[in-house]
Formats: sequence, structure tokens, C-alpha cells
Amino acid sequence: MTIKLGVPSKGRLMEKTFDWFGARGVTLSRTGSEREYAGTVGGVDGVDLVLLSAGEIPRELAAGRIHLGVTGNDLIQEKLVQWDQKVEPLTPLGFGHANLIVSVPQCWVDVDTLDDLDGAAAAFRARHGFRMRIATKYHRLVRDYLRRGGVADYQLVDSQGATEGTVKNLTAEAIADITTTGETLRANHLKILDEPPVLESQATLFRSRVAEKTDVDRDVLRALIDRLGV
Amino acid sequence: MAQDIPYKSRVRIEAEAICDDFVADGAARFETDILLPAEVLLDLYGEDIRARAYVTTDPERGEMMLRPDFTVPVVQYHMDGDGFPASYTYFGEVFRKQEDHPDRRSEYMQVGYEEFGGANAAAADAEVFGKFSDALAPLGLRAATGDIGILIAMVEGLDTTEDRRTALMRHIWRPARFTALVKRFAGLTPVPPSRAALLATDAALPEAEVMIGLRSDREIASRIAALRADAAEPPMSAEIVDLIAAVLSVSETCPNALEHLRDIAVDMPGLLPALDRFEARCDAMAKCGIDVDALPFEASYGRTSMEYYDGFVFGFYSEARPDLPPVATGGRYDALTRRLGQGREIPAVGGVIRPDLVVELGGLR
Repeated sequence: MTIKLGVPSKGRLMEKTFDWFGARGVTLSRTGSEREYAGTVGGVDGVDLVLLSAGEIPRELAAGRIHLGVTGNDLIQEKLVQWDQKVEPLTPLGFGHANLIVSVPQCWVDVDTLDDLDGAAAAFRARHGFRMRIATKYHRLVRDYLRRGGVADYQLVDSQGATEGTVKNLTAEAIADITTTGETLRANHLKILDEPPVLESQATLFRSRVAEKTDVDRDVLRALIDRLGV
Repeated sequence: MAQDIPYKSRVRIEAEAICDDFVADGAARFETDILLPAEVLLDLYGEDIRARAYVTTDPERGEMMLRPDFTVPVVQYHMDGDGFPASYTYFGEVFRKQEDHPDRRSEYMQVGYEEFGGANAAAADAEVFGKFSDALAPLGLRAATGDIGILIAMVEGLDTTEDRRTALMRHIWRPARFTALVKRFAGLTPVPPSRAALLATDAALPEAEVMIGLRSDREIASRIAALRADAAEPPMSAEIVDLIAAVLSVSETCPNALEHLRDIAVDMPGLLPALDRFEARCDAMAKCGIDVDALPFEASYGRTSMEYYDGFVFGFYSEARPDLPPVATGGRYDALTRRLGQGREIPAVGGVIRPDLVVELGGLR
């Protein structure tokens, strides 16, 4: 057995993760061709690198197929029921910052709070005969947030990409999505509600609470965590 | 899981026996599909049901839902029929996601009894409660009762604007939001800065915004007008706030609760018709042999359950096993028949028993 470390398989998230580990003396690198998802770990023994889509890392941690994994806490909390019983956040990595927010058209000058959103949703349903649609891929987090905020008469519609365009395309009245600078929202004539975000997320190193370990694995994991200083 | 089979058989036998007793009392057996069209249920219950029910898609029939309860199908069945009063009983599996309680079953059996068209609401409420109370008597459960109709009457009778009453009525089933609205209407919470800024401008609709989406500028302007009108209204009085809190906190035996609520009704006369119904129900219950003097009543009971109960509500709980969900729940849902009946409304009251919990608590026989 070896300790398996799951890391996002492409893009800036992968590069920044490699940099973060590198700065702590653990060298992560891809092997083989540019297109092959294989990698190695240098600087510590007994650790395997597993390159995965960031969206799959929560599931792999919860299933215990990887011992450590780097992903956003937005994905962990959306995808895992009772996430804190399945994984332990070891340390935030200081990049990949993003907020999950609720956003409405800028022209809705009467809507800035959840209280407003609820009022607008009631009037919308009475006028149009169906519930106000909010496009998102974070169904659980957003539903929970809106329930706690006392918003009724809405429905979530699934949007796995280009969510900011759904309002203009008349497939949703509002959206809930991840944003870093708000630039794309503004470009699409949307504004963020003047409320705390649904979730503040960043890339985080998680430990699986369920992955099986031999005594040797335990030592390896301890040595790795010591090296990383987390 | 092989060891589950005898357990499931025991639950089914218990369910059949309870159901047979309801049939012997004159109820007709009702059956329905497990896979139901999701649209009606989603429209009724909104996102709350999506969080709790299993939704799946059929390429031809669209969104479908694994039966979360029998209420909607049985109401639809009755309302499609000849309209004569009738009572139904059924049993079968229902499916609920248990995100907050992963240790609880997501597939379990329900036995139900529903009565439609009873002209005398008090008598029907008492009869249905009595049936559940009798059926469950061997388990020695604690009964809880409430009456959403009293809360509705309270809101309808509030000395404030129609818009405020409507807003409060919408949130009777969301206690935290209801309280927040009461505080805002009473001027006890500060106006959010964004709202203050909006109201400080004179324009009906600020210009130079790119209009996108289905919600039109007229709808926005009309909400702004409503906000302005509300801001011009005096706050709800502290007396009303106290009366609302007093009603919501009533929790004692039925006769004491009635007396307490009648005291409150001196300053809140809108409650009186609902309290007369409460009293009539207590009398009817006593006639059915129910020990009303010892029966608990909580004015807030049933507020966090599904939105369709609008009158008498009840539940039965195991005091020995507080970890279990209620063994039975039920109530009056005339409003649901109105929503599903396209203009028609039929008095309806009923409830469900969980035979798996009955078995867990030792069984009825």
C-alpha cells in the first residue's frame, strides 16, 4: 500500500498545487506525454500522485480511494452529505479563491437582499404562474442558503456552465454561481446580492477520514504532513 | 441484505393489519403508482420537496418523482370521482432523502387514512384523530396537537395593511422568516441601507439599466411602488407584536389552551371564529371518548411540516425513543384540495402511520 494524493489534473489549479507542494520540498510532476494523466512524487517516499478532475476529488476522498486530496471546499460541501465526517480540511492553500454568490439582474434596482429576493419571487410567481428560476450547479448549498434566508417561491434549474448567460437567454431569472472578481457577472448585466456569500471557497488540502491505512502508511502520512507543515 | 427480509415482512404484515382495520371501518382501499409525475408535486411544495424526494427523468414523460407521500395522488383520485364523501386507506413505500439524518431510512412504508367531504369539520377531525389514537393505543405514545387555522385567523385579523398580512400568511410555515417579518413591520429591525437608498430617490424606476430577463420594468416599478407604500405606513404596534408572540407560545392542555387563547382574543377578536372551531372540536373529541382534558395543544405545532395543513394538526411520538421520527402525523388540508381542484374545494382530513416504527416499538398485536 502507498499513500495516494489526489491533485487536480489540469490548468492553473494543478500548477498552483504543484508550486505549493514544491515550496515545501515535495516535488509533484507529471510524467509521460503531455496528454497522459500520470505523475510522480519526489522528496518523500511511499506517496503516489493521482491526477483527477477537481470535481471528482470529493467523491474519491469520501470513498477512501485517496488519502489526501486538493480541491475547493465548495465542491466538498456541495457533493458530500455530512462532509465533515468524511474528510478533514488540513490547510487552505491560499489560491483558487472564489465565492459562491446569488446574483440578479442589475436592472432589478429593488432587489439587494434575500428579503427583497423573496418579495420579488412572490410577485413573480403571482404574475407569471411559475416559480422564479435560479440557475446553478450548487443545488444543495444554494437550497440550504435560501431556506435559511427564508426565500420561498423559487425553483433551482440546473446549469453546468455559462450560467451567467441564462438570464439573458430567459431560462432563469437569477443565478447562483462561483465568482472571483465579479467581472463576468458585470459583463452579463448581473449584480451580487448585498448579503454574505453562500460560501467562501479556496483550494484546500483534505484528508480522507475513511481511507484504509497500514502502519507503514500511517508513518508515511505523518512524515508527509510534517514536511508540509500543516 | 438478507437479514432485512424478515424485518420488511413484519412491517408489511403490520401495515396490512392496520389497513384492514381501516377497511373494516368503512374505508375504501386506495392504490397508486410509485413513480409519479414531478410537476404537480414541485409546483405545490417547491424546492423543499426536491431536497427531500428522489427526482428522476424519463425521456418521454419528463421529470418523475419516487412517491414522497400518498396525499397528492389520493386527493387527485377523489377529486376526479363523483364528489360524494368518502374515506380511503392505503399502504405502500414512500421515499425520502435523509441528508440531515443519514441513519434514518430513505425508503419506508406508510399506512394512511384520509376522509373527504365531511360536512362537520369538528366531528371529522375528532373521528380521524380518534381512529389514529385507538389504532396506536397499545404503544402508549404521546400525542401532540395544534391548529394552523388559528394562526391563519390571527394573521387575517391583524390590524395592518393587506400587503403585510399577505406577506405574513405566506410565511406561516417558516417560523424564523415569519418572526423576522413581524419585527420588520413593527420597525424593530433597521431598514437595510440598500432599501433606504432606493426609497430616498424619487424616480419610479432608475434609468440607464440594461433590461434583461423575464421580470419586466413594470414588475420592478410595481414592487418599488409597493415598498414605498409600505414605508409610508406606520409600524405595526408593539401590542400586536406581543399578541402574536402570546398566541405562538400557547402550549398547554386543550381546555387551558382554549381559555388562554380566549383571553388573548379579547384584544384579537379575529381569532374568535377559529377558537369556536377549536372548542367544537374539543367537544366532538370528548364525545368520541378522547381524554381532551389531558390532551396537549401547542399553537406552533405543525408549522415546520409540509405547507398543506391549514387546520387541525396532530402527531404521535414515542417518549421512550425520542430519537425516532413521529410514529404518526396528520391533519386537515382543505387548502390542498383547493389548489389541486381548480376552483373546487373539498373538506379533507387524514394522516399516516409508519408501520416500521410501530414494529420497532413492539407492534400493535
